[in-house]
Amino acid sequence: MDPGFSFTVIWDNITYFLIGRFPHGPLGGTALTLYLAVVSCVLSFFGGMVLGLLCISHNRVIKYSSLAVINVIRGMPLLMVIFWMYFLLPAFMGHTVSENWTVIMALTLFTSAYMSQIVKAGIEGIPKGQVEAAISTGLHPWQAMIYVVLPQGLRNMIPSFVNQFVSLIKDTSLAFIVGVSELTHVATQINNRTMIYPTEIFAFIAIIYFIICYAFTSLSRWLEHRLAWKK
Amino acid sequence: MFKYQFDWAVVTSGKYFGWLLDGLITTVELSAVSIVLSFLLGLIIAVMRMSNVRPVRWFAQGYLEFFRNTPLLVQIFFWYFGSYKILPQFFNDWLTNTNFEFAAAVIALTIYTSAFIAEDIRSGVRSIPKEQLEAARSSGFSYIRSMQHIILPQAVRITVPPLVNQFLNLAKNSSLAMTIGVAELTYQARQVESYTFKGFESFTAATLVYVVMSITIAGLVTLYNKRVLSPQRV
Repeated sequence: MDPGFSFTVIWDNITYFLIGRFPHGPLGGTALTLYLAVVSCVLSFFGGMVLGLLCISHNRVIKYSSLAVINVIRGMPLLMVIFWMYFLLPAFMGHTVSENWTVIMALTLFTSAYMSQIVKAGIEGIPKGQVEAAISTGLHPWQAMIYVVLPQGLRNMIPSFVNQFVSLIKDTSLAFIVGVSELTHVATQINNRTMIYPTEIFAFIAIIYFIICYAFTSLSRWLEHRLAWKK
Repeated sequence: MFKYQFDWAVVTSGKYFGWLLDGLITTVELSAVSIVLSFLLGLIIAVMRMSNVRPVRWFAQGYLEFFRNTPLLVQIFFWYFGSYKILPQFFNDWLTNTNFEFAAAVIALTIYTSAFIAEDIRSGVRSIPKEQLEAARSSGFSYIRSMQHIILPQAVRITVPPLVNQFLNLAKNSSLAMTIGVAELTYQARQVESYTFKGFESFTAATLVYVVMSITIAGLVTLYNKRVLSPQRV
């Protein structure tokens, strides 16, 4: 019953783990994991910025309705968001949406809600006097936001954004559930085919995820140290 | 979409309501067991992380980094599919005779969350100025007593909100247990969808449960922050 440990299963499938069936088929494995994470990260940066600005709006309707949306999304498990997207996107778009894009949209929506809180905290961390000073020098409130508050706020937000990116990389593993052939899905496929090496396979992909995520976690720590305002 | 016939009765009564309710009970059980265990394990790891003995500290640090930087889903698969090769035989025998899916989910959730909890506990303790410890020591308290009477009571107060957040994350993360066949809330919602094609209703029901739970608990944390952590309002 117990076949012992064997790591040949890893080396035999190493390209499949890393890039899937590419270039003879669609991109998969680790490369697809990174692709999903990067695209969702860029999109949710803008999503988070918009939501974050909306929820510090002076208009009460805008403020509270965007806060409601943010809290509902943050109250849901990501898995549930993926199911909703899988289910609602085709209905709204009127045509089928690829699994990759379903997952990217779900990750973007989910992460935007979290990013918005980083944006909000980053903006609120800038002293009010700066906005007042900017406005009294004749800038429009929007200009004050764009030229004075955001450049400083963004700098403070960078480490948190990188942390959020690490969460995103980990979250892409859930794409497995709708059949996107990213790293975790590839691992389950190889596990189903070979049957007797689950320990080796899942330990191996855990290490791949760890290397990628740890690199970015360290980057975030370094940035936090580096970007801290000299007091 | 626009010709869709809503039928809320599917999820508010009868057999499928029962399924969702069973799912909710499993989610609560899974979360409760994992919360207790992950708190205890997190406390141990936090103490090890602050230890003066280097190998102990390094072990705790490695544990924290590894489990925080790997996806929970992969950890669940590892314990569910792959743990039999690294666990002792008697433990495997015991596991196969219990509800193995549930046990694997508890193990994965506990280990994953304990790493986050340990960090929160550590930053709680570190936020207490070390002069307080020095003052306590110089007024005659032993190290253990000054921890017990001076440092920990304050650290615990500060650590409550992040801990509750971790517990909330754990409850949401427990939805991943569906991937190995634990019939918790998300699993049952999907089950109802495949049996009735009423996905909109069943997902709405499950989503409502998660959202109401999260917002209630988040509201309580805000209240705690205002009442307990802002001294000027006490």
